[in-house]
Amino acid sequence: MNNVKKLFGHSLVKWALGGVLIAFLALLPMLAIDIPGVFPGPTYTPGTLQLLAFSMLIAALALSYHLIFGVAGLLSFGHALYFAIGAYGLGIALRHFGLELLPAIIVTFVVGLFVAAAVGALSLRVTGISFAMVTLAFAQAGSVLIRKNPGKLTGGDEGLALDTTHIPDLFVGVLQTKNLYWLCLAVLVVVFLVSSWFERSNAGHVVAATRENELRVRVIGIRPYFVKLLTFIIGGVLATFVGMAYLLLQSSATQKLASADFTLTLLVIVVLGGVGYRWGAVIGGVIYTLLDQRLTAFASSDAVSGLPDVLRIPLSQPLFILGTLFILVVLFLPGGIAGVTARLASSRQRTEDPRAVLEELG
Amino acid sequence: MSTVVLLLITGLGLGALYFLVASGLSLIYGLMGVLNFAHGSFLTLGAFAGWELARRLGSDNWGTFIASIALGAVVGAIFAAATEFFLIRRLYERHIEQVLVTVGLALASVALFDGIWGTDPIYVTGPKWLGGTTQILGASIPNNRFILILAAVLVLLGIVLFLKYTRYGLIIRAGVENRSMVTALGIDVRRAFTVVFAIGGAAAGIGGVLASSYYGYVAPSIGGSLLIFAFIVTVIGGLGSLSGAAIAAALVAVLQQFANFYLGGTGDFVVVLLLAVVLLVRPSGLLGSKA
Amino acid sequence: MSNIILSVKGLSARIAGQQVVEDVTFEVPATGVTALLGRNGVGKTSTIKGILGLIERKGEVTFFGDDQKATRLDKQRTHRIVQQGIGYVPEDREVFSKLTVAENLRLAERDSNPRRDFVAELFPDLVARAGQLAGTLSGGQQQMLSLGRALLNTNKLLLVDEPTKGLAPIIVGEVAAALAEAAKTVPILLVEQNLQVVRQLAAGAIVIEGGRVVHTGSASEFLGDEEMIQRFLGVATAAEAAS
Repeated sequence: MNNVKKLFGHSLVKWALGGVLIAFLALLPMLAIDIPGVFPGPTYTPGTLQLLAFSMLIAALALSYHLIFGVAGLLSFGHALYFAIGAYGLGIALRHFGLELLPAIIVTFVVGLFVAAAVGALSLRVTGISFAMVTLAFAQAGSVLIRKNPGKLTGGDEGLALDTTHIPDLFVGVLQTKNLYWLCLAVLVVVFLVSSWFERSNAGHVVAATRENELRVRVIGIRPYFVKLLTFIIGGVLATFVGMAYLLLQSSATQKLASADFTLTLLVIVVLGGVGYRWGAVIGGVIYTLLDQRLTAFASSDAVSGLPDVLRIPLSQPLFILGTLFILVVLFLPGGIAGVTARLASSRQRTEDPRAVLEELG
Repeated sequence: MSTVVLLLITGLGLGALYFLVASGLSLIYGLMGVLNFAHGSFLTLGAFAGWELARRLGSDNWGTFIASIALGAVVGAIFAAATEFFLIRRLYERHIEQVLVTVGLALASVALFDGIWGTDPIYVTGPKWLGGTTQILGASIPNNRFILILAAVLVLLGIVLFLKYTRYGLIIRAGVENRSMVTALGIDVRRAFTVVFAIGGAAAGIGGVLASSYYGYVAPSIGGSLLIFAFIVTVIGGLGSLSGAAIAAALVAVLQQFANFYLGGTGDFVVVLLLAVVLLVRPSGLLGSKA
Repeated sequence: MSNIILSVKGLSARIAGQQVVEDVTFEVPATGVTALLGRNGVGKTSTIKGILGLIERKGEVTFFGDDQKATRLDKQRTHRIVQQGIGYVPEDREVFSKLTVAENLRLAERDSNPRRDFVAELFPDLVARAGQLAGTLSGGQQQMLSLGRALLNTNKLLLVDEPTKGLAPIIVGEVAAALAEAAKTVPILLVEQNLQVVRQLAAGAIVIEGGRVVHTGSASEFLGDEEMIQRFLGVATAAEAAS
C-alpha cells in the first residue's frame, strides 16, 4: 500500500495522470457517455457540451481566484470585475469597434491588465477587511458603470450580445459547440498551467510566505506589496482571459457578471472545493456549475413537487441547497471537498494545509 | 432652494435607513471582528414579518404600523441571535470562516424567502399620512422620511443608553476596545456577542419594515441591495464606531441624493468613490479606532 | 509543609505560530510574593498569558484553590480560569481608555461583595478621579487602576506583570507599597525587571531564560549573587537594574 502511495505522490505520475485526464476530456465530444440527471444528454450533444464547457470556464475562473485568495491570502470581493472586463471588453471591441478577433482579444487583455494593475496598486495599500471593502467598492463601481450603459456600449440591463461578424465560423453556431468546448478546455488547461507555474515560482513562494507571516518576509528585505500586486494582476488577467471565452461560449454578457454576488459565488466555489488546493478550485467550479444547472431541474421535478410544503419550498430553491451545503462545509469540513479526498488518499499534492490557511487569514 | 431642502431631507431619510442597518454591522464588527453578510437577511425577514402582520390586521392604521415595527424588531433579533448561537459561535476566533458562514447564510436565506414569498415585489400600503407629503420651505417631503428619521434617532438613542447604563453595555464598550482583557477580568464575552447580534438584528428588522414603507414594496432582494450601502457606511464611519456609522450614514445618503440630482444619476458611483477615497486616506474610517 | 497555590509543569506556548515558551516548570507558594525574572523577551509575559489561557498553550497548569482542591487550568477558557479566583494585572496596564475610572472598576467586580473600601483606601487618587476617562490618566494612575481592578475581588492568587514599567521612581515606590499591602492577604506571582522592587517584596525567585526555567530559589539568595544576576539578567549590579 505504501508503494502505491509513493507512486501516486510522485509528481511525474501526477502530470501523466493529468495528461490522460485532458485527453479523455478532449475526446468526450466523440463519445456517448450519458449521466442522466446530471447531463441533459449524452456527451456528444451540444447541450451537454455547453454545460461541460461552462463548468470548465467557471473552474478556470475559480482557479484565478484561488491564486489571489488561497495562495496570496487576499480576500478580494471584486474579482468578478476582471471577468466582466473580459466578457464586455471583447464584446464591445467586436461590436462597437469592429475589430477582428485577435486584435480584439489583445485589446481586451491590455484593458484587463491595466485595470487590475490600477485597482491592485490602490487597494493593496490597505489590508484585511479594508482591502476587501475597497475591492468591493471598485467592483460595485464597475457594475454600476455597466448598468448605466455609457455611450450605449454595454447594453445596460439588457446585456451585450456577441457580434459574430469577425469571428471565424469555427466558433459560431450550435453545430460548432464542440469547437467551443475544446476552446474552453484549452482555456482551463492554460489557466491551470499558469497558476501552477506561478505557485512554484519564487514569486509564488514569497507571496505564500507573505500570507503566512508578512513580518518575516519584510525582515529578509522583500517588499510584500509588490509580490501581492503581481499575484493580483496575474489573477485578474487570467479572469479576463476566462471572461473572453465566456462571451464566445454564451454569446452574450450581462451585468450580473460584475456583481458582488458573483464574486461571493466564486468565494463559495473556492471554499467548497477546498482553499489551499489547486484542484479544489477546479472541483468546486465543476460541481457548482453542475449543481446550479441540475438543481433547477431537480427542484422542479416530480420528486420534489410531491413533498409537503415545509420540505418542498426549501428544496425547490437551488441556492438554498447550495448555501446550506456551503454552511455545512465551512462548519465541518474546512478543507472542502478536495480536503476530504486528500485525507482519504493521503496525497501530498497540496499547496498548503487549508485549516492553516484559513486560520492564518483570520 | 426648495430642491436643496428636498434633497437634504430625503437624503437624511435614506441615511436613517442606512444607519438602521449599519448600526448592527458596526457593533458586530467592532466587538467580534465578524463581517456579517447575512445582516441583510435580518432586515428582509423583519420586513416580511411586518408585512404579514399588517396584511392580517388591516394595513392602514397606526396601531398596525407600530405593531409591525415591533414585530420586525423581535423577528430580526431572534433570527440574529440564533445565527450567532448556532453558526458564529462554533467558529470562535476564526474570522474568515465566520464571514464565509454568513455568506452561506445570506445565500440560503434569500433563496428560502424566494421560495416562500416569491421573487416579485409585493406592494404594501400603510397609514394614509405616510403616503402623503408635507411642505417644508417650499419642498414637498414624503412623510415616510420623517418616520424613518425619527426611528433612526430613537434606535440610536436606545443603543447609546443601553451601552451606557447596562452591564452588557459596559461589557460591549470594553470589549470593542480590548476583548481579551475583558475575558481576563473573568467575563464570558461570548454572551455579549449574542446580545450584540440581537441588537443589530432588531435594528435591522425595524429598518426592514420601514424600508418597505420607503420603497413601497417588500421583496427578498431588499436586504441585499441595502446591505452594500450599509457596508460602505460602516467602513466610512469606522468599523466599531456607532457615532461614526450615524455620521457616515447621513453623509453618504445626502451625497448620493445630491449626486443623483445634480450629476445625472451618478449617486451610486459617487458613494463608491467616496469609500475608496476614505479608505486610502484614512483606512480606519472617520471615527474608527481599529485599523 | 508549605502550601502550593499554583503548579506549572511543562508549559509551552505559541503566538502566531512562534514558540515563545518552551518548557516551563515551577511552583508558586500559597503565601508571599514570588518573582518571575529574566531578560527581555525570554518568555515571562508569555508564561503568565499561558497560565491564563490568553495564548495557545500546552502542558499542565494546576490551581489549588479552596481546600487544596486541584483544578487543571490548561483546559479551561480564560474567563473560567479568572473566575476561580485569579487576578491579573497585565503588562502595559490595559485599562479601557474610553471608559471612566469608575466604569473600569465596576466592570472588574466579580464577587457579590467587592472590596470597594479597601481599594478606595489604597488608591484615594482613583476615588477623586472616578468620573475621568481612563485614557486621560497618567501612567502611574493607570497602573493604580489596573491594580485596583485586581484587588477588588477576593482573589486567591494575583498574576502581576511588570507593574513598575515606565514609571517615575516615586510612583514605583507607591506601586510597591500597594503590592506589599496586597501581599499580606494573597500570594502574588510577580514579573518584574526592577530588582529593587523585587528585593523589597519577593520571597522566592524563578528565573527564566530561552523559554525555560533555569533557576529557582530564595529571592534574597539570588539577588545577593552578582554572578547569577549578570548571567541571567545581563546587568552589572542590582543597583543598576533599579534605575
